[in-house]
Amino acid sequence: MFKKIGFRLIFVVALTSLVIIGVYAYFNVKSQSAGLISEVERHANQLGETVISSTRFDMMLNQRDRIQQTINSIGTQPQIRDVRIINKDGEIIYSSDSININKMVDKRAESCYACHAEDKPLEQISITERTRIFRVHPDSNRVIGIITPIYNETSCWKSDCHAHPKNQKVLGVLDVSISLAEVDKAIVVREWEIVIFAIVAVIAVGLLIAFFVRRWVSNPVHDLLNATKQVSQGNLNYAIKDLGDNEIGKLGESFNNMTKKLSEARLQLFQSDKMASLGRLAAGVAHEINNPLTGVLTYSSFLLKRSKDNPELQEDLKVIVRETLRSREIVKSLLDFARQSVPKKSSADLNEIIDKSISVIEKQLSIKKIKIIKKTEINLPKITVDANQMQQVFINLFVNASDAINNESGTILIITKQISLSPFGVAQIKKAACPKRHSLIDNEFKIDGLPALRVKVVTNGNEGIVHLDPVYGKHRNYFELGFKTSKDTKFVCPDCNTSIVQQDKLCPKCGAPVLSFEISGQGVYEVCSSENSDWEKWDFVDSAGLKEFLEVRINDTGSGISKDDLPKIFEPFFSTKGQKGTGLGLAVIWGIIDNHNGTITVESEEGKGTTFIIRLPLSQK
Amino acid sequence: MSKPQNILVIDDEQVIIDAVVKICSLENYSVDAALNVKTAIEKISKNYYPIIICDIMMPDGDGFQILNELRNKNINSALIMMTGYSTVENAVNSLYQGAIDFIPKPFTMDELLSSVFRANNYQEIKKKQTAFSNKNTGHELLYVTCPAKYLRFGYSSWMFQENDGSVLTGLCDLFLKTIESINRIDLLELEDEIAQGISCLTIRSGDERTHKILSPVSGRIIEVNQNLKLNPNIIEKDPYFEGWVYRIIPNDLGYEIKHLVPCSSDRL
Repeated sequence: MFKKIGFRLIFVVALTSLVIIGVYAYFNVKSQSAGLISEVERHANQLGETVISSTRFDMMLNQRDRIQQTINSIGTQPQIRDVRIINKDGEIIYSSDSININKMVDKRAESCYACHAEDKPLEQISITERTRIFRVHPDSNRVIGIITPIYNETSCWKSDCHAHPKNQKVLGVLDVSISLAEVDKAIVVREWEIVIFAIVAVIAVGLLIAFFVRRWVSNPVHDLLNATKQVSQGNLNYAIKDLGDNEIGKLGESFNNMTKKLSEARLQLFQSDKMASLGRLAAGVAHEINNPLTGVLTYSSFLLKRSKDNPELQEDLKVIVRETLRSREIVKSLLDFARQSVPKKSSADLNEIIDKSISVIEKQLSIKKIKIIKKTEINLPKITVDANQMQQVFINLFVNASDAINNESGTILIITKQISLSPFGVAQIKKAACPKRHSLIDNEFKIDGLPALRVKVVTNGNEGIVHLDPVYGKHRNYFELGFKTSKDTKFVCPDCNTSIVQQDKLCPKCGAPVLSFEISGQGVYEVCSSENSDWEKWDFVDSAGLKEFLEVRINDTGSGISKDDLPKIFEPFFSTKGQKGTGLGLAVIWGIIDNHNGTITVESEEGKGTTFIIRLPLSQK
Repeated sequence: MSKPQNILVIDDEQVIIDAVVKICSLENYSVDAALNVKTAIEKISKNYYPIIICDIMMPDGDGFQILNELRNKNINSALIMMTGYSTVENAVNSLYQGAIDFIPKPFTMDELLSSVFRANNYQEIKKKQTAFSNKNTGHELLYVTCPAKYLRFGYSSWMFQENDGSVLTGLCDLFLKTIESINRIDLLELEDEIAQGISCLTIRSGDERTHKILSPVSGRIIEVNQNLKLNPNIIEKDPYFEGWVYRIIPNDLGYEIKHLVPCSSDRL
């Protein structure tokens, strides 16, 4: 549970808000209680001053009963715990609590210590020093006590009643004790309020974060995860639904884009492989079948010649001859298909080839009232292609387009332009050698149809083989099962056991050793040796920058291709034209483009039309 | 013309040999057979076969080895190449290396017979030519060789590039002589594409044989000699000028010219 990113986020945010609210609450409560106490303190002080001034007259007259009465009446107020007047010697003269009268106060006790620092006479001191907070019993309410000194004044030593000596500064003190029970209660209430507020706030923040994390992070991430699972299981047609316009949404988009490209590339490679084997098969079959067909054809035509006097037999024999001739044409088209192997390439202008192709079928198109619109880029660089084969491609595509246009006045749009595509994920390593010049290309082991790079691994006395992806940037490497690479693992050439680990260099992503391969004439290819890292670098290709392609788009407003048919259209013998076609046209086109190291893809929407996109590399290296 | 000559057929499939034997026997040729290159070479060195019909792909070698053998030993047999793997390259290479014809398998009886018929006539003409030159008389009486600046494809068709870049094509006189008499010429249409080594016109001869002629170059037809349709005999009277067949825009002359023979070499 804690591994979930959403939970962690919520936890961290809740903790942070808890700390912030806690610290705030602590200082808030502290300052509030300090404010309350100082208010009480001020109140007590005032009370003291009031008592002194209200009893002053009585003191002058030395009317002790009246003083005691006043103190008693003040002492009856509920919050006031005690009001006492203590003389200089520490004897309690008056008290609201009559038991305490005439008792001695221990001057060393805390309440007196502020003034009587070890027998020193009383001096003028500040209010805070005169205040003390204490508990009578450990479990009783807090009490604030404030001492107000009663100073000597002229009338005191001039009066004759009970004259104080003139040099005496302080005659005694008034001690007022006020219970803090109310204040403490208020503080506790305040503390509880804040705790409840903190809990509510943390829960609210947590829920809010949880809601948005779920909405913006967890759900999209879950969708992404699900999509990657689907893709890893081979379902490359899986697309993530719109995940919004934030980073994750962009990630989803780029994921969809990636799987689309991947499925295209896979289809292309799959097709390439299939074509190659089918080509070989077709050539073999054609050759083998032509011999028996020769037997049938020669003997039947021979019989036809010899049976001139038997018209009935002639009719039957004619059927045999006709059908054998038809077989001959089928085999011939099969051979044509198999024979797209070596194009005769020369420098040519793609626009010119297109113009030529158009001129060939112009008449056909004008009969069907199909308009051709050309949006060709002028000054397109010349490209090395087999002009005949390319013309065959275009004518075939134009014918297909015109076949697809059923209603009158359809259009065929032809766009040519130069485009740049990144070599990463495209460039193929065709030659790789160890430092002693042994080839490391393994023609026996193919990754997606291309011969892989072969490296021997030695670890803890075990030996194994690693096959590396020959396509730069694809990184579909195969590690023999049960292999754990460690620090002591050696990567060597299978022929001469020379290490191919690059000295003084570690993978910048994971710190594992880096393997380096010499690519003859194309610099050095470096790749991380770890199974879990996808770091690789091929400076030669990178420095060459983007690869230039010529792109031709042929768009028609025809009937389109159904979703079910779309993946099959480049397959040999797939035809929607029934008896009219052999189903080899697009397969042948595909083969021709593949032989030019180019790609052909198709986009189509049923009822709206079809676009074929051909990309041919400008440099044929 | 005169009495039929011996034929050697080389193929690794018995059914082909049987078929060829059967068909050729119909026209009274006597046929010998070899099932592989080795026996074929042995037979060639022992006997002389005016006509050899040879498959290209065999278990122990190919038909081009037989062509080499003939050239090295200076044997003037007329070799007809046939193959089940009938690619343009094979056709072009065969004719360039000295075969007089190329028949893709499977073929009909008529196709084989017309090819053998031409080969037989070819040998007859060559024989007469040798006989004439032994008597020190010119061979121009038998057929007209193509003009010096022309290029020929095998011995059947020629091409000539004009100053404007377009290419004229036509048929060689020797080939026309092997056909004997022309009854009808079936031509392709304007704007059609023709390709080197692929049939570009059909001639029906007086004896109802059909002869397919392989094109010397690839390209698009921009002009067809209409006079040929009205009067096919022009081609026999003046095969190199008035009797031209197609004017084309060549596709890849630079490459294809390597498989053509300059007519100037015939005069040496």
